[in-house]
Amino acid sequence: MSETPHFVVHDEGDSVGVVVVEGVKAGQDLVGWIMDQDRTIHFTVKDDIPIGHKLAIRDIEADSTVIKYSVDIGRTISPIAQGEHLHVHNTKTKRW
Amino acid sequence: MDLKDQTFMGYRRENGRVGVRNHVIILPVDDISNAAAEAVANNVKGTLALPHPYGRLQFGEDLELHFRTLIGTGCNPNVAAVIVIGIEPGWTQRVVSGIEATGKPVEGFWIEQNGDHNTIANASRRAKEFVHHATELQREPCALSELWVSTKCGESDTTSGCGANPTVGNAFDKLYANGNTLLFGETSELTGGEHLVAERCRTPEIRKEFQAMFDRYTEMINRWKTNDLSESQPTKGNIEGGLTTIEEKALGNIQKIGKECLVDGVLDKAEQPTGSGLWFMDSSSAAAEMVTLCGAAGFAVHYFPTGQGNVIGNPIVPVIKITANSRTVRTMGEHIDTDVTGLLRREINPDQAGDSLLEMTVRTANGRHTAAEVLGHREFVLTRLFESA
Repeated sequence: MSETPHFVVHDEGDSVGVVVVEGVKAGQDLVGWIMDQDRTIHFTVKDDIPIGHKLAIRDIEADSTVIKYSVDIGRTISPIAQGEHLHVHNTKTKRW
Repeated sequence: MDLKDQTFMGYRRENGRVGVRNHVIILPVDDISNAAAEAVANNVKGTLALPHPYGRLQFGEDLELHFRTLIGTGCNPNVAAVIVIGIEPGWTQRVVSGIEATGKPVEGFWIEQNGDHNTIANASRRAKEFVHHATELQREPCALSELWVSTKCGESDTTSGCGANPTVGNAFDKLYANGNTLLFGETSELTGGEHLVAERCRTPEIRKEFQAMFDRYTEMINRWKTNDLSESQPTKGNIEGGLTTIEEKALGNIQKIGKECLVDGVLDKAEQPTGSGLWFMDSSSAAAEMVTLCGAAGFAVHYFPTGQGNVIGNPIVPVIKITANSRTVRTMGEHIDTDVTGLLRREINPDQAGDSLLEMTVRTANGRHTAAEVLGHREFVLTRLFESA
């Protein structure tokens, strides 16, 4: 029986995972499921993260590209450490 | 799920198209005929008025779209018969003539030189006859391949891209192989993933047409925008749900066209496909506008995956809601027809999720009312292109 994930990642090359359960709190040990490779990863989350919101699964520098679905989804405006909340406060579109 | 021999009980219309509902609609040509249309629908049980705010002093392409949407709605195979009511005879008869081509019962009434009272009385008498006619029509077995299915998502969040939208994609791949007619759209919502849709176009000509539609829409946004569109595209609700950029939203959106389907053609707004396969319609991402355009293009069932929970329905097209967000199921489960939260708990796989949606599709086509139908959601919203004269 596979472990029930707290977050899912589309592809192992992605920068982010998506929290799929309610109530994730800073300091919690999380189970992540990388869907394309059907692999499980573990690490500690650094922020409270609502269901549907993203966490960085690796350290990301400021002004660099965020990858999800193996594709560019925007640029960071500040550095983001593994396990931190990645959203509109630190990431912006490259379009429009 | 083996779709080849799958059938459903549908209404075969005079022109051969198959519907899954049997509405008698009262269709106003213009905003000032809404009151008469609603009075007729109140007088004659079993009819449905479709009030809307437009139809006066429109011109050019915007007027053409207005007529195409009204005529297409009347032609939809979920509609058994149509009463058209306008202020004057000319444009009323134009809508009637467009619908008449299907062979279904349709008659127009106009208010000038009659007044509301006489118009309502005359239209009500005819509407009563149409309801008698419609209620004697019988459902008959139809091949699943005859069902036209459209999709658009709404109040999306990140669970849409990893659960609900891939479920639609899995079902679309299976329906595509089965020879169904399928539709997606939402032009601005491909931004960041437009290259992936372009690569899926069947021929270089279709790719060129798709790219021209996408570029035109982007140019329109750049012409009018006052900021980076955050809170509009993605919407405030998308951001609340965890989506950060339009690129991320687009990549989730594109999951709805599966892995195997090719884009077999592109359509203008409310334009009907000319063959089976997957069609792209140049369209807004606003839910009620887009589903109204799908109905006008002749689609009989709509797939609506959601993350945060959208409540939209349509007067004539059953809208099947799908979600993979467990909080949405908990807080607004009455709006959800197909729950695929098991995907994100690793309890089911995408193939099983797609099959559960296909099973709900057949049940809906057979007559099961969707959540949106039961809850009375009848959003009918015409797309406008520019100001009235």
